Amino acid sequence: MTDHYDIAIIGGGIMGCASALQMAAGGMRPIVLDQGDLGQGASGVNAGTLSLQIKRVKLMPYALRGHHEWEAMGDAVGFRKTGGYTLAFTEREVELLHERQKLKAEAGAPITFVSNNALRAAEPNLTHKVLAASYCPEDGYANSSLTGQYFRGRLQDAVVPYREGCPVTAVARNAQGFELTTAQGSIWATRLLLAAGAWLKPVAAMLGVDLPVNARINTVSVTERMLPLTSTVIGHATGLLTMKQKANGTVLVGGGWQGRGTPQEGRGEVMAETVKPNMALAQFALPALAKARVLRSWTGFEANVPDFYPLAGALPGVEDAFVLGCVRGGYTIGPYIGKLMGDFILGREPDLPLFDPGRDFHED
Amino acid sequence: MTESYDIAVIGAGPAGANAALSAAKHGFRVLLLDEQPAPGGQVWRAKSAAILSAPATPESRAGKALRAAVRDSDVHHQGNTRVWQIERQSAGWDVHTLTDGQTAKVMAKALILSPGAREFVQPIPGWTTPGVIGLAGATALFKRDLLLPGNRTVVSGTGPLVFFVASEIRRLGGQVAAVVTPNTRRDWLGVLPAMRGRPDLLARGALWVADLMLAGVPLLWGHSVTAAQGQGSVSGVSVRKLDRNWEPIGGERGIEADSLCLGHGLIPNVEAAQLAGLPLHLRPELGGWVPEVGADGRTQIDNLFLCGDGAGIRGAAAAEIQGKMAGLNAARHLGADTAGAIAELQQSYARAARFGLAMTKLSQPRSGLSSLTTPDTVVCRCESLKQSDILAEVASGAGSTNAVKSGLRAGMGPCGGKYCQTAIARMIAAAHDRPEGDIPPPTPRPPLRPVPASALAGDFDYNDLPIPKPAPL
Ligand SMILES: Cc1cc2nc3c(=O)[nH]c(=O)nc-3n(C[C@H](O)[C@@H](O)[C@H](O)COP(=O)(O)OP(=O)(O)OC[C@H]3O[C@@H](n4cnc5c(N)ncnc54)[C@H](O)[C@@H]3O)c2cc1C
Ligand SMILES: Cc1cc2nc3c(=O)[nH]c(=O)nc-3n(C[C@H](O)[C@H](O)[C@H](O)COP(=O)(O)OP(=O)(O)OC[C@H]3O[C@@H](n4cnc5c(N)ncnc54)[C@H](O)[C@@H]3O)c2cc1C
Repeated sequence: MTDHYDIAIIGGGIMGCASALQMAAGGMRPIVLDQGDLGQGASGVNAGTLSLQIKRVKLMPYALRGHHEWEAMGDAVGFRKTGGYTLAFTEREVELLHERQKLKAEAGAPITFVSNNALRAAEPNLTHKVLAASYCPEDGYANSSLTGQYFRGRLQDAVVPYREGCPVTAVARNAQGFELTTAQGSIWATRLLLAAGAWLKPVAAMLGVDLPVNARINTVSVTERMLPLTSTVIGHATGLLTMKQKANGTVLVGGGWQGRGTPQEGRGEVMAETVKPNMALAQFALPALAKARVLRSWTGFEANVPDFYPLAGALPGVEDAFVLGCVRGGYTIGPYIGKLMGDFILGREPDLPLFDPGRDFHED
Repeated sequence: MTESYDIAVIGAGPAGANAALSAAKHGFRVLLLDEQPAPGGQVWRAKSAAILSAPATPESRAGKALRAAVRDSDVHHQGNTRVWQIERQSAGWDVHTLTDGQTAKVMAKALILSPGAREFVQPIPGWTTPGVIGLAGATALFKRDLLLPGNRTVVSGTGPLVFFVASEIRRLGGQVAAVVTPNTRRDWLGVLPAMRGRPDLLARGALWVADLMLAGVPLLWGHSVTAAQGQGSVSGVSVRKLDRNWEPIGGERGIEADSLCLGHGLIPNVEAAQLAGLPLHLRPELGGWVPEVGADGRTQIDNLFLCGDGAGIRGAAAAEIQGKMAGLNAARHLGADTAGAIAELQQSYARAARFGLAMTKLSQPRSGLSSLTTPDTVVCRCESLKQSDILAEVASGAGSTNAVKSGLRAGMGPCGGKYCQTAIARMIAAAHDRPEGDIPPPTPRPPLRPVPASALAGDFDYNDLPIPKPAPL
């Protein structure tokens, strides 16, 4: 087993898989390694909201291009372009919504404000307590639990090897490149891409690099199947609610409410004290949700650095090593920024600039 | 309005009720929670309130005694209450409950889990036809409602329950078309030595079998029901002989019946223990994946105790004694001197556990059992997934129960995977040629029971929602 790869990718989430496919298409021989199953990290448990309305202004061009990638993936990932409404219930929220959506529209998202009548016509079951609502026809969702299945198939099609249940526990640099110690033996590669999501800090530490990565512990809940209640993606001015009803009738509720735990300790824990207000907010927006039974709540780790912009580029201080992660709204942007990362490693000029992992994080 | 207790007990079966009683005797404030209205658990389930009188059985007598003991004690019993979430805090545990559509939180310094077991049914063609019910599930019908599964019933499955169910059907005036069990008389001879420690229980079992034989009910040893026929309701079942590994051999024969009780042993309910933070290990002789628990109910977490069938299937008699030990240990953790009392229970526990484990062994699945499921058999009832759907997903590379769940929604329905995951894990292990111990159940997710959104939201004022600072622009 002295297989030598052009690049080893640590992490089989959306970032690692999308990059691997781009590099394979460009003629490289990558291998993807994941400590668990493909797409069972953040990429497999996220709320799946593909909403431009909740993207950061500076990331809007990436999100817009990400949307095109999702459209192309289509049914295989449960993609639906439904349009989406973001709601404000208080004067303060109205102000916040106007201020934020204006900047996002300027950045290229086709966001408009709609009248209460238009909102009621489109979403008759929403509360009548809405003071203002913005609309974006590009918004939609995908089914994140299909991420693993989807990329497993795509990697197989592209003949990209991947190993599941294969944690990387040590990395050594030598003349030929990198030797990775894994639960399934050693793996050699000329280059290395760290795409380990919320686990980037310990993975980079194997190469002696300290990345200032923190993890948020986001919570998502899902109900049993319900009769049709809503047909678009519903958000809240503060970003603390995302809600959509899937084709099968289940309603998925997220919004970044925090559970507890750390990536190092394993799975995070749901906290009743945050699930409750999250469901209260959802029910406030959609009163008929009151009758729905919640079947499952779960958490996932979303990585970030202090300025909340991506890490995408060369790993500082280690030649031939790269890092991709900490992308806010990373599910939406992942398929596109993964391509950019692949291009960068292939030696091509990326279409949009990457985000230097060696920057000073406290600038913004 | 959070209530605070010294000890909270989840599950008021023989294990939990006895744990609560033992701890309360030492002066601790004990809360006993169960989703059923009255204590008794599965085995000593109380009759529905609508039934005013019925002949006594050993189960009803034991249940009555237990309910009286709880009533006469200082234990605070709260029935009709589902526990949906458990959180460990620095000073103890938060237990989140649902009663009459309202959620509440109780705090306790120590937590005793006694959630019992659930039934395992290996899916066979036609098992979702109305008229097919679980073997253990049937006992709930008898005990709670004095109802029969049908007029003419085939009773099929492993272990002693098959004889208990058949003789209960007869006692309640029903007809048993046949008793079909994969176990052979040799299997039973093999466990006799372990049963001698509890001659009382052995004698009861012998009575069930004698009653069936005297009544001329066909007893098909070493056989299994392989299919249920009928559209909309059961019209008959097919039966085949099994080899030593429970692989069907020989021809199929039909038995006319309008109902079928089917079961292949019990699986410990471990989700509460998982939420509390205990890792699982595969112990087939205990009924499947279980947390590490001492005979006296202690776990690796010093204020968490586990007892009864939820710690491994050892039966009601062992559950009762392990419950007492768990309760005494919780009391000891809180400062009571109970070491002597615990030691006194060890021997009787060992005897009862030996008996119970011998019964569990009769249900321990053998390699052929899985072949009762055909490609067209529905395996996940909530999502109507057939065996062939699951095998296709596994063949495409899904190598864990989590991966199959994500890809197919197998286990994402209202049952939360309680009824399909064991069969699915075995399918994955077989397809990838890996030991079953490599394929753990999926990550547990709260709530332990479905909770209405309105109950989670509660009465709230929008302006009081604790809305954090919005994300950076
Ligand atoms: C359906 C069924 C029928 C059975 N019938 C018999 C029988 O007739 N004879 C026999 O010898 N054995 C029977 N058994 C085996 C049974 O498990 C006994 O061995 C015995 O009941 C075990 O006692 P226990 O206290 O450990 O659990 P149980 O008696 O099962 O008690 C557990 C209790 O916990 C409660 N509970 C669990 N989770 C929650 C939660 N999240 N919130 C609130 N309450 C919760 C349940 O309602 C239950 O009352 C049966 C098992 C099953 C599954
Ligand atoms: C609950 C939640 C909801 C979210 N909702 C949305 C949303 O609605 N819309 C949106 O656009 N974004 C959302 N996000 C963000 C989005 O999910 C993430 O930005 C994105 O999935 C990150 O992808 P990733 O590949 O970087 O990380 P991950 O998907 O976490 O992948 C990292 C992988 O690395 C593996 N790994 C780690 N360490 C090692 C090691 N040592 N060896 C081998 N493998 C290793 C892990 O097993 C994991 O599979 C949400 C995030 C969460 C957690």
